[in-house]
Amino acid sequence: MKILVLVKEVPDAAVEKTIGADGRIDRSGEKTLNPSDTNALEAAVQLKEAGADVSEIVAVTVGPDSASRSLQGAVSRGADRSIHLSDAGLAGSDVVATGYALAELVKRENPELVLLGQQSDDAGCYAVGSVVGQFLGQPALSQVSKLELSGTTLTLERQAEYGYDTLEVTLPAVISVSDSANEPRYPSLKAIMGAKKKPVEKLDLAGAGIDAGKVGTAGSGVECKDFQAPAAKAAGTIITDEDTAATVEQIVAWLDSRKLV
Amino acid sequence: MANILVYGLAHEGTVNKNSRGAVSEAAKVASELGGEAHAVLVGTNVDDALAQQLGAVGATKVWTVNAAEGVAQTAADAISALVEAQGYDYVVFGGGLLGFEIGAAVAAAIGGGITVEATELAVDGGRLVAKRPIFGDTLLSTSHYKGKGVIVARTNAFEVKETGGSATVESFDAPASAAAGQVTLKVRGEQRGADINIEDAQILVTGGRGLGTAENFSVADGLAAAFGSGAAVGATRAVVDAGWFPYAGQVGQTGKTVAPKLYVGLGVSGAIQHKVGMQSSENVLAINKDENAPIFEFADFGVVGDLHKIAPALTEAIKAKKG
Repeated sequence: MKILVLVKEVPDAAVEKTIGADGRIDRSGEKTLNPSDTNALEAAVQLKEAGADVSEIVAVTVGPDSASRSLQGAVSRGADRSIHLSDAGLAGSDVVATGYALAELVKRENPELVLLGQQSDDAGCYAVGSVVGQFLGQPALSQVSKLELSGTTLTLERQAEYGYDTLEVTLPAVISVSDSANEPRYPSLKAIMGAKKKPVEKLDLAGAGIDAGKVGTAGSGVECKDFQAPAAKAAGTIITDEDTAATVEQIVAWLDSRKLV
Repeated sequence: MANILVYGLAHEGTVNKNSRGAVSEAAKVASELGGEAHAVLVGTNVDDALAQQLGAVGATKVWTVNAAEGVAQTAADAISALVEAQGYDYVVFGGGLLGFEIGAAVAAAIGGGITVEATELAVDGGRLVAKRPIFGDTLLSTSHYKGKGVIVARTNAFEVKETGGSATVESFDAPASAAAGQVTLKVRGEQRGADINIEDAQILVTGGRGLGTAENFSVADGLAAAFGSGAAVGATRAVVDAGWFPYAGQVGQTGKTVAPKLYVGLGVSGAIQHKVGMQSSENVLAINKDENAPIFEFADFGVVGDLHKIAPALTEAIKAKKG
C-alpha cells in the first residue's frame, strides 16, 4: 500500500506572528516543518515497521518554492519521495481551497492511506483533513492517538467529547494524527543527507490539473479582515526564579493578596 | 430571509452545553438578519424531548435525522443535504472534535467558507460575520463569507440563554454517502482510570508534561494537600494520553471545564485546547521553565523556573503559613 503524508511549512514557533500589509499571515521570517506533521510521518514509518505492506511513503506539500527545505525535512523522516505544488495562483487560499488542491494531488497518486498532522502551527484550523476527505469522498478522522492496520481495516483510538472512542475504518481514508500518537524520532545525519537525493516532483496548478478558479483568493469562500486587538485583560505578574526562597515568598504574598491561603 | 442551522451534539439523552450555547448565539444574530435559528440532531434515539432542549434555548425548528451518531461523516452528509434542501446560508457548530470534523466536511460539500475557534457571531452589512482570536489570542480576526458560511465555535465560547420557547420538530431523511459506510464506531465515550471529581474543586493543581513522569504527580498531590480540603489535582490531555493520570481528571477541550477560585498549573504549557477548559478560573498561577509557554500570557501570577524546586518549597511554605 501507498501512504501519502500531507505536510506544511509554517513560521518557526520562536517568530512572533503578525498580519502583513496584504492581510495574510506574514511568513517572511524563519520557517520550519509544521511540528504536528512529524507525528504523521512517524505514524507512517511505524505502520511500515509494524509489518504493514507499505510500498512507499510520499510527502506532499502545497506552498511557495521556499517550502522545499521543509519538504526535504519531511523526506528525511522516512518518505521515499515527495511532491511539491507551488503556484502564485495559490496565494490566499483558505482551508477549503487548500484542501481542494491537496485532494487533487491525492487523486493523482491514489493512495490507500492519507496521513496528516492534527493542526498547523500558524493558522491552526484542525480542519484540512476533513476537507480533503470530503473532496475525495473518503472518511476523515482526526485527533487519532493510536492506529493499527490489519489488511485494509484501520482500528483507531482517540479522545472525543465523552471519553475514548474506538473506531474501525475501511481504507481508503484520511487520518489526522494527534501529537500524543507517538514521539517523532530525529532523522539521522544519513537520512538528512539521503533526503536530498530522493525524487521530488514539482508541479504548478496547470501541471497538476487543478482548476485555478477554485484556489487562491478568488476561489476562497471566506475572507479574514478587520483585525483588532482583543479586549485587554489586566496583564499578570511574571517573575523568573533566581532564588527559590524569595520566589516562594512572592507567590505566597500573591496568594495572600487574593485571599487564597 | 437568512435562517441559520445549528448542529446539536447529543449523547445519552442530553444535548451538550456547547451546542445549546451555539443555538443561543445563532438565535441572537438570526433575529438581526431577519431569520430564525434552526437546529439539527443526528442519532438513532432522537426524540421530541431531546429536540425541545434546543427549543428551550432559542431554536424555532429542530430537524431530526435518524442515522448513526458519534461519526462525523453521517452527520456531514445529512447537514449538507439539509442545507441544500432548505437553503440555509450559515451552519454553526458548538465546537468539540465532531464539530470541527463535521463543519469542515460540510464547508467542502456546500462550497462555503469556514471559520473555526469562533468566539462571537455578529452582523455586518446584513451578512453574518464571525470573530476568531488568532496568534495565541493576541489578535481578533473577523471572517466575512462570499457565499455560505460554516462557523465552528471555540469550546465554551457561547453562553446558553434559556428562552423558555419551544420548537417545531420535523424529521429529515438524508442519504448516507459511501464514505459513511466505511466507518464503524465500536466504543464511544469509554472512561479510563479512577473516577475523580475536579469540577467542584475550589483550588485545582493541574499537572502538565513539565512534571516529567507519572511519579512526579506526587509534587502536585503534595501541593493540593497543603491547600487542604477543597483542593484537587487535575491534568492536561498530554499527560492523560501518556497514561500518567486518569481521564476523569483531564482539563480542556476534550476533558472537563473547570472554574476554580485558584488554578495552579505545574509544567502546563497552556495550549488553547487546555485554556478553553480553565479560562474561567478566578486566579491563575503558573510555574513553567519555558518562558515562552502560552500560559504566561493569561496567568495572573507566573513563575519561570523549575517546578521541581519551586513547588515542594511552596508546599512547605503554605503548610507553615496554615500552621
